Amino acid sequence: MKFRTLSELGELCASRGLSIGKLMLEEQCAESGKAPQDEFAKMAAYYGVMKEAVQRGLHENTTSRSGLTGLDAQRVLAKRQTLEPSLGGPASDAMAYALAVSEVNASMGRIIATPTAGSCGIIPGVFVSTQERFGLADEELVYALFAAGAIGFVIANNSFVSGAEGGCQAEVGSAIGMAAGALVELRGGTPAQAIHSVGLALKNTLGLICDPVGGLVEIPCIVRNGFGAVTALAAADMALAGVRSVIPSDEVIQVMLEVGSAMPEIHRETAGGGLAQTPTGRKIMDELKNKKKQVKDKAKDKHD
Amino acid sequence: MRFKDVFSIIGPSMVGPSSSHTAGAVRIGLVAGQLLGGVPDKAEIIFYGSFAATYQGHGTDVAVVSGLLGFATDDRRIPQALEIAEERGMEISFEQGKGLYSHPNTVKLILSMESPEQRQLSLIGTSIGGGNIEIVEVNEFAVKLTGIYPTLVIRHADRPGVIADLTSLLKNESVNIGHMSVDRKGRSGDALTVLELDGAIPSPLIERINAIANVQQVYTVDLSQTEGSL
Repeated sequence: MKFRTLSELGELCASRGLSIGKLMLEEQCAESGKAPQDEFAKMAAYYGVMKEAVQRGLHENTTSRSGLTGLDAQRVLAKRQTLEPSLGGPASDAMAYALAVSEVNASMGRIIATPTAGSCGIIPGVFVSTQERFGLADEELVYALFAAGAIGFVIANNSFVSGAEGGCQAEVGSAIGMAAGALVELRGGTPAQAIHSVGLALKNTLGLICDPVGGLVEIPCIVRNGFGAVTALAAADMALAGVRSVIPSDEVIQVMLEVGSAMPEIHRETAGGGLAQTPTGRKIMDELKNKKKQVKDKAKDKHD
Repeated sequence: MRFKDVFSIIGPSMVGPSSSHTAGAVRIGLVAGQLLGGVPDKAEIIFYGSFAATYQGHGTDVAVVSGLLGFATDDRRIPQALEIAEERGMEISFEQGKGLYSHPNTVKLILSMESPEQRQLSLIGTSIGGGNIEIVEVNEFAVKLTGIYPTLVIRHADRPGVIADLTSLLKNESVNIGHMSVDRKGRSGDALTVLELDGAIPSPLIERINAIANVQQVYTVDLSQTEGSL
């Protein structure tokens, strides 16, 4: 890749007169040595998996193996029959679709990591709802996935994208920044505006810890995906209106690195602190352990 | 650069719930299986850090075993991997490791198989986020291996000229080296060289490498087929 920072990415797009998505496809082919149509087809297949995951989450039983989560996306949509959502329909769609995909993930269904499985709902939530709303062709969404990938590539190489290294800000935060930047391109914004939206979005999630109850990618991961999709819409709208990230987005990424590096281990995907260690979080963890033990003992009895 | 391309950010296609603790763990298992050259009869699986704390909830246990069985990251059989391994008679143990480890998501695998020949392998892998991995140790040699490129792993004696012979063979085949790591147990002792390549590895090349003086064994790793039916 010929860029390492978002400002370099913006300069490259400006000098070559390309969107972030189109530039990233070219850069990807230079890296992989593969033909553009092959790389495009792979990304298009990924987009197909994302759409399938949205539909599964909206129509199938997504109760997780722990029994703790599932069907929240369907609850959100069902309530709209009787109560106008405060978010408005389109943002409510984005939120529900993000919940749907995260619930498919938690129930061990098939998803695309964007950039991780813990944050896999945000990009499909924003993309699929935006496509339906504005009647966009799949091709545009696939290019937007390349744009999201370019932004994530910079974040990942300058900071991190795993909760165990940098907390939830690295997963959900990165996904929101990626979705926001891609959405700016989809709505006709410039690469510079897309880059501003990344900084705007990341500033809102700095410091977010990774504290999964019972160590499961369920509580609070799923609802954070729902919130994340809504935040991405907000960041894109601000950037499209000309709101700038006064602290340049690359510097915000460095703050994420600083904050994540200083984060105690109990707040980095170990279930050793945060929501996981609240009285209720501990109670749930104990119940899960007992359930697992009973299953094991039962299996043992069967063998004896 | 730890992350090389767009598909290390968007992707993999995978069965949930965690890219680092599930998909990354499948890939570590896949690399180990390829280096061993088959499905192990016995697997000691030792988790460290976040892996040790949360492996049951994230399905890291079933994921590593899925990789050892050769399953892709989006294989729908992943949730049943422990039962499938048991049916095959694979002997598996899980432990929570103590002491220093290089990354919060670290697993050590000690594998053995009896047929077609007796083989053993120890490996330490780390899962660095989004399903991406780094293998950092193979049979107690320090290495760096990501699995995203066709990779040659060559065990040889630590003698002058072995690496020159290797690289000149690759030059003649016009195969470019993307990353190379070399480690040895001691001066003039056993050494291990890992080459991540930009092109596919033709099988005649492996025979020619095997014929180099002081080369003891050649293994290949290629995770390009770690996703299923896309």
